Amino acid sequence: MKRLTRRDFLAAGGVVSVATLAAGCSFGTGQQKAAGSGGSKSATIWDISTGDQQKLIKDTVAHFDSTHKDISVSVQFFQNDPYKNKLRTAMGAGNPPDIFFGWGGGILKSYVDAGKVYPLPPNSVDTKKFFSSVMRPVTFNGKVYGVPMLGTQPVLFYYNKEIFGKYNLKPPKTWSELLSIVKTLSQKGVTPITLAGQNKWPDLMYEEYLVNRVGGPKPFQNVLDKKPKAWSDPAFIKANTMIQQLVSMKAFPSNFASLNYDTGQSTQLLYTGKAAMQLMGAWDYQAILSNAPQFIKSGKLGWFPFPKVEGGKGNPQNVAGNLTNYYSVTQASKAKKAATTFLDKGIMNDFEINGLIKIGLVPPVKGIQSKLKQQKDSDWLLFVYDLAQNAPYYDLSWDQALPAQAAQALLTNLDLLFLKKITPQQFSKNMNKAMGL
Amino acid sequence: MSRRLSWSISLMLLPAVAFFVVFALGPMIAAVYISLLDWNGISTPHWVGFGNWAKAFTDSVTLHSIFLTVQVMVLSWIVQTPISLLLGVFLAGRQRYRALLGVFYFLPLLFSAVAIGLIWASSMLSANGALNSFLKAIGASSLTNDWLGNPNIALYAVIAVIAWQFIPFHTLLYQAGTRQIPQVLYEAARIDGAGTLQQFFYITLPQLKYTVVTSTILILTGSLTYFDVIYVMTGGGPGYATRTLPLQMYITAFQDAQIGYGSAIAVILAVVGVLLSLIMIRLTGFGRMESQAEGL
Repeated sequence: MKRLTRRDFLAAGGVVSVATLAAGCSFGTGQQKAAGSGGSKSATIWDISTGDQQKLIKDTVAHFDSTHKDISVSVQFFQNDPYKNKLRTAMGAGNPPDIFFGWGGGILKSYVDAGKVYPLPPNSVDTKKFFSSVMRPVTFNGKVYGVPMLGTQPVLFYYNKEIFGKYNLKPPKTWSELLSIVKTLSQKGVTPITLAGQNKWPDLMYEEYLVNRVGGPKPFQNVLDKKPKAWSDPAFIKANTMIQQLVSMKAFPSNFASLNYDTGQSTQLLYTGKAAMQLMGAWDYQAILSNAPQFIKSGKLGWFPFPKVEGGKGNPQNVAGNLTNYYSVTQASKAKKAATTFLDKGIMNDFEINGLIKIGLVPPVKGIQSKLKQQKDSDWLLFVYDLAQNAPYYDLSWDQALPAQAAQALLTNLDLLFLKKITPQQFSKNMNKAMGL
Repeated sequence: MSRRLSWSISLMLLPAVAFFVVFALGPMIAAVYISLLDWNGISTPHWVGFGNWAKAFTDSVTLHSIFLTVQVMVLSWIVQTPISLLLGVFLAGRQRYRALLGVFYFLPLLFSAVAIGLIWASSMLSANGALNSFLKAIGASSLTNDWLGNPNIALYAVIAVIAWQFIPFHTLLYQAGTRQIPQVLYEAARIDGAGTLQQFFYITLPQLKYTVVTSTILILTGSLTYFDVIYVMTGGGPGYATRTLPLQMYITAFQDAQIGYGSAIAVILAVVGVLLSLIMIRLTGFGRMESQAEGL
């Protein structure tokens, strides 16, 4: 007789309780081939992908399962915010899955510091095929704690070509060109740049780019290294002054503070012609494609990299964004070997890479230009690919690079900065205080 | 009647007591213990004694959220009490049209808090929402506002939505309370020549004293724990403009991953809530459960 283990029981309980919470998600694609008997050969994944990505992950796992008869992998999907709490609780309670989805950076670091993440043995996974920049957020003290598993998502400007054409504007190469476009558009009564201020993280994109353009990667590296008064660096003051200047010029919609990205409010302004530009991650392309495919098909959507800042120290080719997402193996896993094999052979193989490209995502893998060229939207895919590949420095989104508390303080203070409730000087002071620098 | 509990009564109480201990008392004690730790939920916790408590009373964000919570309490009471009292008295009448109107008044009671928050945030109070469109339509464009995005207004917008959500419930209390008032009192008053207003102020209002107390306790303690609607509508923003104490607790514990500090705030919330109820009960004589029908 097969006995249910405590683990199975807990896993089942977890699935049931989350199922009741997050209706609309589906769970457990995996066929539990050897549940109970060969525990060390079966691995469970927790993931938060939705839509096309979720389907691709399921297919990728099924493909691996069918080609590796000795290992069984199953995947469960959760919603973003509940997932973060659930993972933290499960890690603390010692019953996490074998493989978990993550963003690298500060949150992963806190799990690594607590001894919850399994360092992948050297050469157990081929990481050389990835852009070296995307391995940085999962490498601590020379050890690798995660493997890229989705597309790379740099942040860039999207613009409405129709509006630009109407007022004879060209995509700006420099910050002052951008400012003059903002000025022209607001005189004509068009909102220059839409901004989902309610989510706060879109504010952060301006901060990341401007600080990087003004002062290079060093000022924020000092913050990560906990140097005293790191937030008082002149680059932060300068960047924040530029942000407030943009706000004063009415570059953003008057109600930007209550615009939400998740409900599509901010992007809608772009494709309905009410706003001319939006600074957003590469994922916005999929959002527009599913909400207003006609806008892309008729060639009205354009894009350009964040302009360079005159006199700035940073390389204008540097980019910021979500490098990619990662799968990591937990220290508590009883199937570390099977899980590691899956990370090496099961993901970012030709099967998944082709699948990602097909749904418009750009895998951070070297030498796939020829594959991208064959696609219908190859101009978009190649633009993103080159932006990410040619970046001398790829800045991981700061709310992911920083530990949770500092990230929250940063987002709230940026909110206040954009609302002009605090000055750039107060911003630096608040952040130094929040991080004890 | 014997004051001693017989074994059978004790036995029947057991499930309830067990539930209370496991799901109320236990977590409370655990929260007090955790509030003495510096813990991010995954690493080994460190003992910090009353460090988190000291922080709770000096941290400007927490102090600000306490101030906001008091504002929510006071304003909620001021807005909700008169409206629900008047509506309740109105709906206590037995006329058919009042019953019909009652159906509409009580509708918000049936909606989930998340649905209320989403609807108000996305279609009523948003830039192109119903409220701004209405203001434009009546030619008051200057009054349009970014209701939830303006840090000077967001709190009042939130209080208004909370009032919309809870007034029906309190109306129900007042309706039931008013219907309990013996008709003989009104008959006697009418014979003495009392008008409608006099009947309201000399009979209805005094007779509703304990309903007012109940409703007030519920509004005040409820304000301490209002979370869902605010979280859905503003997430505590813009800036810190609507980050009341329950939001501060949640954000601290689950987003900042400072579980110890979050627990300290949770314990403060629980203690203030219990104290508030006790004070209200003591001040009003509600605890003695005096009968108002006495002497009839």
